[in-house]
Amino acid sequence: MNYKGLLELGEKELARQERYKRRIFCCTSTACLSAGAGLAHSTLRQSVDACKCDEHEAEVVQTGCMGLCNRGPLVRVESKEEDTILYGDVSPEIALQIVAKHVPLGVIDEDAEVDDFDTHITPHDIPHYRESLRRAQNRKGLERNIIPTDLPFFTKQVKVVLSQTGHINPDKLEDYLAHGGYKALAHVLIQMSPEEVCNEIVASGLRGRGGAGFPTGLKWNFVRQEENEQKFVIVNGDEGDPGAYMDRTVMEDDPHRVLEGMIISAYAVGASYGYLYIRGEYPIAIKRIRNAILAARRRGILGRSVLDSEFSFNADIRIGAGAFVCGEETALIHSIEGKRGMPRIRPPYPSTSGLWEAPTVINNVETMANVPSIINNGADWYSNIGTEKSKGTKVFALAGQLRNTGLIEVPMGIPLHEIIYDIGGGVPGEREFKAAQTGGPSGGCISKEYLDTPVDYENLSKLGSIMGSGGLVIIDDSTSMPDFARFFMDFCVDESCGKCIPCRVGTVQLRKLLDKIISGEGLPEDLEKLDNLCNLVKSTSLCGLGQSAPNPVISTLKYFRPEYEALLRSEMPIELETV
Amino acid sequence: MTAQDLASTKINGHPSGDERFTAIDRTIKKFGNEKDALLEVLNSTQESFGYLSRDLLIYVSNQLNVPMSQVYGVATFYHMFTFEPLGEHNCIICQGTACHVKGADRIIQALADEFQIKAGETTPDGLFSLTTARCVGSCGLAPVVVLDGDVRGKETPDAITSRVKEIVSLSKERLAHQAEGE
Repeated sequence: MNYKGLLELGEKELARQERYKRRIFCCTSTACLSAGAGLAHSTLRQSVDACKCDEHEAEVVQTGCMGLCNRGPLVRVESKEEDTILYGDVSPEIALQIVAKHVPLGVIDEDAEVDDFDTHITPHDIPHYRESLRRAQNRKGLERNIIPTDLPFFTKQVKVVLSQTGHINPDKLEDYLAHGGYKALAHVLIQMSPEEVCNEIVASGLRGRGGAGFPTGLKWNFVRQEENEQKFVIVNGDEGDPGAYMDRTVMEDDPHRVLEGMIISAYAVGASYGYLYIRGEYPIAIKRIRNAILAARRRGILGRSVLDSEFSFNADIRIGAGAFVCGEETALIHSIEGKRGMPRIRPPYPSTSGLWEAPTVINNVETMANVPSIINNGADWYSNIGTEKSKGTKVFALAGQLRNTGLIEVPMGIPLHEIIYDIGGGVPGEREFKAAQTGGPSGGCISKEYLDTPVDYENLSKLGSIMGSGGLVIIDDSTSMPDFARFFMDFCVDESCGKCIPCRVGTVQLRKLLDKIISGEGLPEDLEKLDNLCNLVKSTSLCGLGQSAPNPVISTLKYFRPEYEALLRSEMPIELETV
Repeated sequence: MTAQDLASTKINGHPSGDERFTAIDRTIKKFGNEKDALLEVLNSTQESFGYLSRDLLIYVSNQLNVPMSQVYGVATFYHMFTFEPLGEHNCIICQGTACHVKGADRIIQALADEFQIKAGETTPDGLFSLTTARCVGSCGLAPVVVLDGDVRGKETPDAITSRVKEIVSLSKERLAHQAEGE
């Protein structure tokens, strides 16, 4: 099918959606599902059906993340006549109240055919639901579940990657098309040469969102210039950082966006096949990406002659089996080849010799998801967001001791305190902010004095942390920093693949030293030992895992040294529970 | 099993009659017996059997024509593969950063004390396994546990312990009942 055909599909879907007076969106992303969104969703659907009103009074839409995950399940009611309302903590009971409030209870025509419209309940259940709805109408207190949409949590964000999550049904290609989906791909195929695409991405200033921040356009150009018949594109969805779920959300809630970015990159570099490597722990993401691939194949977006052009490309999924190191590109390639996911020495970089020794582009999910927006709005638009060296936006998974936790997207360069206090709402209760941890086990802790720092790649690494893939965990004064450092070291000991000695042995020794210090048996020279060993592991490990494994220790030693010293004198660190 | 049944399993399923092998064979076929498919094949083996026994590893090794040493090497490298069956009930405690700072350790300790097992172990009666996960990615709901596939957010040591005790004792009763019946 060509793009004109896709456009028609999108327009048809848009017209269908516009027939509804109101649309009730229910988040069915993993976080909300964990909080009970499955029940909320089915209650919404069934009670809307039971209303038996005009068919176009309301539609219940299964959608993706709306951001404020700690108030999940989230439900948003959009209507032509009223303002949009967002509800949080939607239990089945609240779901009934929402329907009772927004959807008129129509009159049942006793003689009508029972299954006269698409229904999710058996006729037998209708009286039961109608009775529940009548009762719910009289119940009060629904206001408590309303979340004001003018909170700084929402207004301070700038959405590019997440612009459509929470607005479209991820399992429906037509919905993506109705929101301008695959427009960028069509534009690229018809009007741009591969070189122009690469240069557009270079001009946008987009850098890899997996953590290291390598300029994406530059990487594409390397692969494009390789003269090899077979080239590959890999989307890295092996998001292993504990406390981070940005990539999962994008894959779950806007899978076609990832696919579109991937196909554009394949066109730009001349690849004919690609893999999406997804963590095995993400069953919903796997399912939705799989659905997206199937839908795209059916409509000629994947396969021979994409959108009736001369370009052919197909993609498949590879499922990771739980190894943190597979986020490293050469380890990931080995894993796709069915081997142990161990990294190898670079160069050669995957751009010259990657998957099965063919030139390969590897980009993170979020990086790929930026691409359609850049093509649609132009490189200038994108490079206007962010700072001089870090362009665009960054998605963070905000977690830990904060009032508002969830998934946010902010412009690069936003000061850390705005994220923590305006968006996150600050530390709840009597506790005080102690540190912000970015970058997971490869990152570091940033203390209070540095909260004015604008968040971008350079500034974070200057502080001894890294941008990382986007985990941002806030800890309060109840957490002991040496203990926190040991938590990450435990992780690295477990996840070290064992190939190079500095990482395999070094991380174990670092943990032993931390154990010794935390148990109160540390000697003053142990801190120096810790310092030296950190630097050794950092400078001599083979891959990013080992090179960054000491970061949590280095940064906590730097900013919270008194806590370590207090332990040396076998005293408790700054009185934990009595503060 | 009648002769007819036997004949039909031969045609439709695996010769052993164990339907779970069909999923493995399907994956192997999908990848055209390619050795590269090892990880995918192990994934579907783990999925259909719940764990990778020695026999299963040998089976995969033979089917893909990959040395057993390599199959074992790959299988033990990745965390998602397990080599022993889990207990009837399984409680996964998330150990992600957000859960850690919100007290996941206390939850593990409470369950470990109650059932006298360590994380990663199963009770001798095979009724309960206590396992941990790196991060289940529901950080907004920390601390999170997954009890028999059911994700429970904002959990407390007491609440989860009493819930687990409840379901385990139900299983115990059922077993006792069955034993009586026999």
